[in-house]
Amino acid sequence: MQFVQLLIFLILFPLVTALFMLVAKKEIERTWIVKLSAVAVALVTIWLLITTFDKGALYSPAIPAEPVGLVMFILEMLIAVFILYLGIRHRKYHVIALILVQSVMMIFYELTYAQSAAVTSNLFVDEFSNILALIIGIIGSLICVYSLGYMKHFHEHHATIPDKRNIFFFVMFVFISAMFGLVFANNILWVYFFWEVTTLCSFLLIGYTKTEEATNNAFDALWMNLLGGIAFAGAILWLGMAGNSVMGLDQLLVSGKAIALIPAALIGFAGLVKAAQMPFSSWLVGAMVAPTPVSALLHSSTMVKAGVYILVRLAPVFHGTVTGYALAFVGAFTFLIASGIAISKSNAKQVLAYSTIANLGLITACAGIGTYEAIWAAILLIVFHAISKSLLFLATGTVEHRIRSREIDDMNGLIVRMPKIAAMMVIGIAGMFLAPFGMLISKWAAIRAFIDAPFGFLFVVILAFGSAMTVFFWAKWMGKLLTVTSDSKRIEGEVDRSEWAALVSLAGLSFITTLVFPLLSVKLLEPFLLENYGQVAQLSQDNIIIMILMLFLILVLPLSILLPQRKHRHLAPYMGGRTTTQDMRISGSLGVQKKVVLSNYYLTRYFGEARLRPIGVWLCSALIGIMFIATAFRGVIL
Amino acid sequence: MINLVWGLVFVLLAPAIGGLIAGIDRKISARMQGRLGPSIFQPFWDVGKLFEKENAVVNETQIFYAICYVIFMAFTGALFFAGGDLLLVVFALTLAQIFLVLGAYSANSPYSYIGAERELLQIMAYEPMVILTAVGMYAATKSFNVSDIAATTTPVILLIPGIFLGFLYVLTIKLRKSPFDISMSHHAHQEIVKGVTTEFSGPSLGWIEITHWYETVFLLGFVWLFFGFSPVIAAIAVIVVYLFELFIDNTNARVKWQLAVKSSWAIAAVMGILNLAALYFLNGGIS
Repeated sequence: MQFVQLLIFLILFPLVTALFMLVAKKEIERTWIVKLSAVAVALVTIWLLITTFDKGALYSPAIPAEPVGLVMFILEMLIAVFILYLGIRHRKYHVIALILVQSVMMIFYELTYAQSAAVTSNLFVDEFSNILALIIGIIGSLICVYSLGYMKHFHEHHATIPDKRNIFFFVMFVFISAMFGLVFANNILWVYFFWEVTTLCSFLLIGYTKTEEATNNAFDALWMNLLGGIAFAGAILWLGMAGNSVMGLDQLLVSGKAIALIPAALIGFAGLVKAAQMPFSSWLVGAMVAPTPVSALLHSSTMVKAGVYILVRLAPVFHGTVTGYALAFVGAFTFLIASGIAISKSNAKQVLAYSTIANLGLITACAGIGTYEAIWAAILLIVFHAISKSLLFLATGTVEHRIRSREIDDMNGLIVRMPKIAAMMVIGIAGMFLAPFGMLISKWAAIRAFIDAPFGFLFVVILAFGSAMTVFFWAKWMGKLLTVTSDSKRIEGEVDRSEWAALVSLAGLSFITTLVFPLLSVKLLEPFLLENYGQVAQLSQDNIIIMILMLFLILVLPLSILLPQRKHRHLAPYMGGRTTTQDMRISGSLGVQKKVVLSNYYLTRYFGEARLRPIGVWLCSALIGIMFIATAFRGVIL
Repeated sequence: MINLVWGLVFVLLAPAIGGLIAGIDRKISARMQGRLGPSIFQPFWDVGKLFEKENAVVNETQIFYAICYVIFMAFTGALFFAGGDLLLVVFALTLAQIFLVLGAYSANSPYSYIGAERELLQIMAYEPMVILTAVGMYAATKSFNVSDIAATTTPVILLIPGIFLGFLYVLTIKLRKSPFDISMSHHAHQEIVKGVTTEFSGPSLGWIEITHWYETVFLLGFVWLFFGFSPVIAAIAVIVVYLFELFIDNTNARVKWQLAVKSSWAIAAVMGILNLAALYFLNGGIS
């Protein structure tokens, strides 16, 4: 029963660290506690993988539900009171209404049905949980380490914002704890509890700076996720009312579509909100006001991944139903439209936000289709997206502190000005869209999964267009970074040690995971698929060899710069015959020296948010409507 | 299933064949324009001359990107002719193309900058159709492997005629022919400055020319796949398609990028969905 202790450790240990964060007075204490806990959490997640390796899904018989369940219920109510208080203080009446509805539902459940629920085991771990635990444990921890340096600079730069780093790190670790709870919980009530904790944590982190914009955006995130929470509570109530005492995820998955489909659709709706699918994508874009490590955490290892985690878990229920297809189309259209909007964004963090929304859309589409190949693609997407996206956010954060801007156009020539950070960013971007890196492998897997699924050709067409747009907005960003501006000075200086450590580790991870991905697929994904679907998906040996060959080419080619070579004659770029200096200055009228400024194409007229977002909102709202109607039709009438 | 010999043959012979095609292309274009035209070996002399020139650069990284461009294009074609996975070929093609774009960006010059942005627009315009072509081949032959598709006895063209037409449309972009030679044209009359290649000169430009030859052979190989069931028809089809592209090239002026992207996307969407749907229902709902 060793694994049960590890699971409990992973859930409780970050909580202990969080409490320490509250009392840590000195910076040095905080630094060491964070670093040591990060190492501990990362190591334990790896240890968990080793001890549970090759054992399939393991269920814990030991933990009794009741005292823990009661504690959770009390905590839930405390959270509700806290949200109620905030809602009243900030006069957010919709939040008040939502939290009241949700609490009433849960109290009603607790009083009426709680006794009849029988869950054989409350915690479990399988390959998929293990993969997510590794993402949370390693990437989440790295982000916390990075935050040490970042938040110090952050408060130096923003003197008006009250320094509440104690609270900040407290919430960060509670968040990680809740995420572990979420992926290990088998009891749906427990999943719900951790689900609500992540909602609260993200609310607190988004509103960290206490500016008006931050507070409003935090409440936006809150009300949408509370709406999702109500749907989740509805699923629990439905299960209670059905009276067959199904309250474990494992029981739900084997209980057949007649019982499972309605609660799955409701939880799926909560997942859509949490995964920031349209029409609920705006909370994730609004969350960009938070300090950058928060964005990194929300986008890569927590929050949105909780959303897609539950969708992928429930995928066997969605498979082959109209509900599943409606869900898949919500994801597919979100992918398409968010990719388009990303083209029009000049702010680096907003590009990252829309790219996250797009990729989550792809994962949702895979989960909705729910074939074994689609799930294979979905899990690959989750893994590779987490690595590349956290790397990109953290690199953007460091750059932002140095050049005081998040605009991509201001990153012109970053490879000259900040070569190390720019290299990290380029690795991150390459990881997002170029062969042979992870995200491309995943997209490839998604294409194959779609084309083999019923009506899959529609998804393939959507994916083809979406990925073409993806190429456009990533490549133009990459080009900006790699522009060589010969006049620029190096301003990189010394990057903070903790920031640097996190960046290098993540960049290393994106190479290593690409290299060992066949192993990951064979050893973790295939057993999971075999257990749940009875079939496995894989890439052929030849293709893997070719991918590794490409990876080596990409690794080796930049080294050619180290070779001794002739010095070539350098000329100024062509400027239509105008006298131009090497650093791109031309003489304007009245003898004024003008500097040439180059800006990317953003094509706002065609891809602007104002133009595309309404389409996405209406389309996806309609699809969600169809999803519920179809579910109700199948569940209630038939 | 991967045959390295064919890959190697491609890497060694494609520049010769591609250069020859370019020479014939210039000859026929000249005749269409009422000129005599140069010798069909002229492209070789041109490129040879480029390699004798001084390698003057705006910055050193340009050379690196030009070399990466040719290496990955050769890799793409080799993978294709060796019989590799069609989707992987498409992804490798994008990777190669991105290196050209990065080379243009790196120069920090307005002309090559606009060239780079336009090149990206072109990639965005053709990419959906190219992916759908690969998927269409799979839908028709049940395999993504070029070796299987080339050896099939199924008349692929009859199953995916719509996708073939769509592919023809974006082939104009890929071959850098008017009206879609938006980022870089081979015709002096279209071009103020040479778009994406503005800042490349000497050997670097030579490598980019050679890359173009590689790409031409690879793309004509793609056309061949539609007719793989009969080599004779395939050879005729490849020639006819190329002549057709030449004809279009010489009878059209460059259009704005908006039209290029919109029309390619419209054709990809309509042809892709209709053709794949037809195939899907023909197969009785099992893709």
